[in-house]
Amino acid sequence: MAARNPAPDTPELRARWGSFAWTESNAAKAREIVARYPEGRQRSAVMPLLDLAQRQVGAETQTQGWLPIPVIEFVARELAMPVIRVLEVASFYTMYNLAPVGRFHVQVCGTTPCMLRGSDDILAACYRRGMRKGHTTPDGMWTLTEVECMGNCASAPMVQINDGNYEDLTPERLDAVLDALARGESPKEGTQQPGRHTVEPLGGPTTLTAMVHANHDYRGEWRGDSR
Amino acid sequence: MDMPKVTIDGTEIEVPDGATVLQACELAGKEIPRFCYHERLSIAGNCRMCLVEVKPGPPKPQASCALPAANGQEIRTDSAMVKAAREGVMEFLLINHPLDCPICDQGGECDLQDQAMAYGRGGSRYHENKRAVTDKYMGPLIKTIMNRCIHCTRCVRFSEEVAGVDEIGALYRGEDMQITTYLERAARHELSANVIDLCPVGALTSRPYAYEARPWELRKTLSIDVSDAIGSNIRVDSRGREVLRVLPRINDDVNEEWISDKARYQVDGLTRRRLDRVWMRRDGQLQPAGWDEAFAAIAAADAGSSIAAVAGDLVDCETMLAAKRLLAALGSTLLESRQTGLAYPVGNLAAVNFNSTLAGIEEADAVLIVGSHVRWEAPLLNVRLRKAVQRGARVFLIGPQWETTYPAEFLGEEAGLLHALPGHVAQAMQDAARPAIIVGPGGLAAGALHPALALGEAWTVTREGWSGFNVVHAAAARMGALMLGFAQPGGIADLANASPKVLISLGADEMDYGRFGGALKVYIGHHGDKGAAAADIVLPGSAYTEKDGTYVNLEGRVQVADRAVFAPGDAREDWTILRALADALGVEVGFDSFDALRAAMIAEVPALGTEGLADYGPLPPADGSVRAEGRIAYPVRDFYLTNPIARASVVMQRCSAELVHGEDLAEAAE
Repeated sequence: MAARNPAPDTPELRARWGSFAWTESNAAKAREIVARYPEGRQRSAVMPLLDLAQRQVGAETQTQGWLPIPVIEFVARELAMPVIRVLEVASFYTMYNLAPVGRFHVQVCGTTPCMLRGSDDILAACYRRGMRKGHTTPDGMWTLTEVECMGNCASAPMVQINDGNYEDLTPERLDAVLDALARGESPKEGTQQPGRHTVEPLGGPTTLTAMVHANHDYRGEWRGDSR
Repeated sequence: MDMPKVTIDGTEIEVPDGATVLQACELAGKEIPRFCYHERLSIAGNCRMCLVEVKPGPPKPQASCALPAANGQEIRTDSAMVKAAREGVMEFLLINHPLDCPICDQGGECDLQDQAMAYGRGGSRYHENKRAVTDKYMGPLIKTIMNRCIHCTRCVRFSEEVAGVDEIGALYRGEDMQITTYLERAARHELSANVIDLCPVGALTSRPYAYEARPWELRKTLSIDVSDAIGSNIRVDSRGREVLRVLPRINDDVNEEWISDKARYQVDGLTRRRLDRVWMRRDGQLQPAGWDEAFAAIAAADAGSSIAAVAGDLVDCETMLAAKRLLAALGSTLLESRQTGLAYPVGNLAAVNFNSTLAGIEEADAVLIVGSHVRWEAPLLNVRLRKAVQRGARVFLIGPQWETTYPAEFLGEEAGLLHALPGHVAQAMQDAARPAIIVGPGGLAAGALHPALALGEAWTVTREGWSGFNVVHAAAARMGALMLGFAQPGGIADLANASPKVLISLGADEMDYGRFGGALKVYIGHHGDKGAAAADIVLPGSAYTEKDGTYVNLEGRVQVADRAVFAPGDAREDWTILRALADALGVEVGFDSFDALRAAMIAEVPALGTEGLADYGPLPPADGSVRAEGRIAYPVRDFYLTNPIARASVVMQRCSAELVHGEDLAEAAE
């Protein structure tokens, strides 16, 4: 993981985000989130509120959203906690963006299972479309990040784009997803393998085959039962 | 509850209930290496250096700092497993730690260096690149070299828990974790430099002391701080004739393990603006002169008994006694120490003492503060008050708002509020088991002493096992001066009204010399400040590091400081100047040596002869007719520039400009 520095605290940033406040619907959501925690433990709401703030920034900027310093200070004020503590949280978790991102944040998993299943080709496909790791394309559409395991190893390789996971990728399937996103469509999330629904084995079950259609008692078939 | 019995390296030992395994090992005399664990901070358990083997438990080494000692534990600190664990942890810590000990200011007093020698492997097996971390700005006092940081988080815990100012944090995570202040702003509180002592490596070092000296070159002298009336126990490190740095000494009754930034960093002022020769005013200008000339001029004034003395905020008791003896020999008792014109009654010193004691105030459960900017007047008292609040105390303040480091309620700025307290405040104080009243200099100036005493009687703040009436002074010399009788019923106005022919100023730099227009003003002090500028004759004296001396802190604690270095140039120890002056004036003062002077002082005020708390007896009855009135104002306008040494200090001036006035400018710009 590369070091993630917060976007510099400039007068322009202050001018743009200094007056950040919840929208009406987000204000209601924030109240509901804070109310989930016991009296005196409101600080526990810092993570959902940071997420909410990032989403609101995203809605305002037509991107995935990020957390400018004034917005982090706003969340700190909302929860009456020292702003350094909020920044600690925001900088710890990589799902909080500390710098502006594009419309779509393409997070390519490069951990071992995905790598073995071809994540290098997926990254290469991203590079061919003009993306660079840690950068946003000039048209503001794509931000590329290589991330560690997202827990989709059974359908590797995968990318996460904003809130959706796209799995069982090949460069062609990725291109199809990205093209659809660029056209403003919502491509199907999850596995991109034809005939596969979730992470079930390709070509039908390989174990417990007798239980596919009905319950089946295997116990009588156990061999060498030492008990 | 029974004390748990544990076996440590084969020796059975009883340890207090609630002790950790690390504390148990220390009780058994075993040294446990550690970096993140610190007695006065919360337990973090993240450095892993304190691993020991504990049975029963998982078959792996355990962090002793975070493991409670339990009955029947068998603890080993000397097994092969422990040795291997320590070597392993040390090897990991050193992976990213630069090998720059030869150019590191921590070298020679570095925990990592010492423990690597004692517990580490002989060599390194690591050949990859080390992590690089950008240095962070933490203000004019703290220099950072963040490559050296081992992520112990002591500094983070100090600023959050002790200072009460959340400004240092750990950003990012894992190997990329970085310690920084928020947006690299300067650490903005009065105890910030204590993180330098806490840092077990050279990541946070002293900026003013950078590359000045190595610890083994320094002569260490035990002394007492004079920058405020807390009387912090300090160690003065000097080389040759120069004081290079000041460090805190541990005294749980006074300063625990901390000192204020002013106590630590005003010492560079000891070499600047010094009075190192005699000056006399001729034709309206101070010009160099000799001792004989100066003494002759004082003798020529033929003052007789028309002589007065004002003691400054930094002087020691011996100097004041010498001046008192000189005036007594001449037939005068015109002594005063409250330079700014305070005139509270001093017939009973218990009424102007911090009776709860600094350690005791932590036990208070309701505190009313009248006219004290505690953070600036006594920063270490503020630490104690924060602890009291953490234990559940409620704090109410009368006076202009300042930034407290704990929840507190400001009631207003009018001293008259004492006579019309809001109901909930009176109720809280009434119901408290250990109520405390603290009157500060601002309260004393507004005449709040007797109204506060009356409230103390109403709330019985002095009860069995608890003494809750307190006064905060800001001057290190104050309690000693009051014990020695440096006070007139009407304050310094009495001196001015007596129109003395000669006024002796013992380093008094805060007073208004304009009221003594007709007097020959003799300034005995160490810095060319306000007092020297107003004086007719300047006799160069010694600063607190340049003389032995007795000081009494605001709780009446008598403490003795030793001389660290010699005064520069022609400057002399203050008492010798007064002794020579006695000869010049042809009077006997009854001492010829410092020992004789100290003996005379103890004969006159026996309490000054015993280190520890002086006993001032019970509180006087309150005078119900005295009314507090007016808007309370705090005398300290700028924490970093309260005394002539600090005003001469480049470091303190920088702190003032950046931390006090920079803030004003920044706020004005927003």
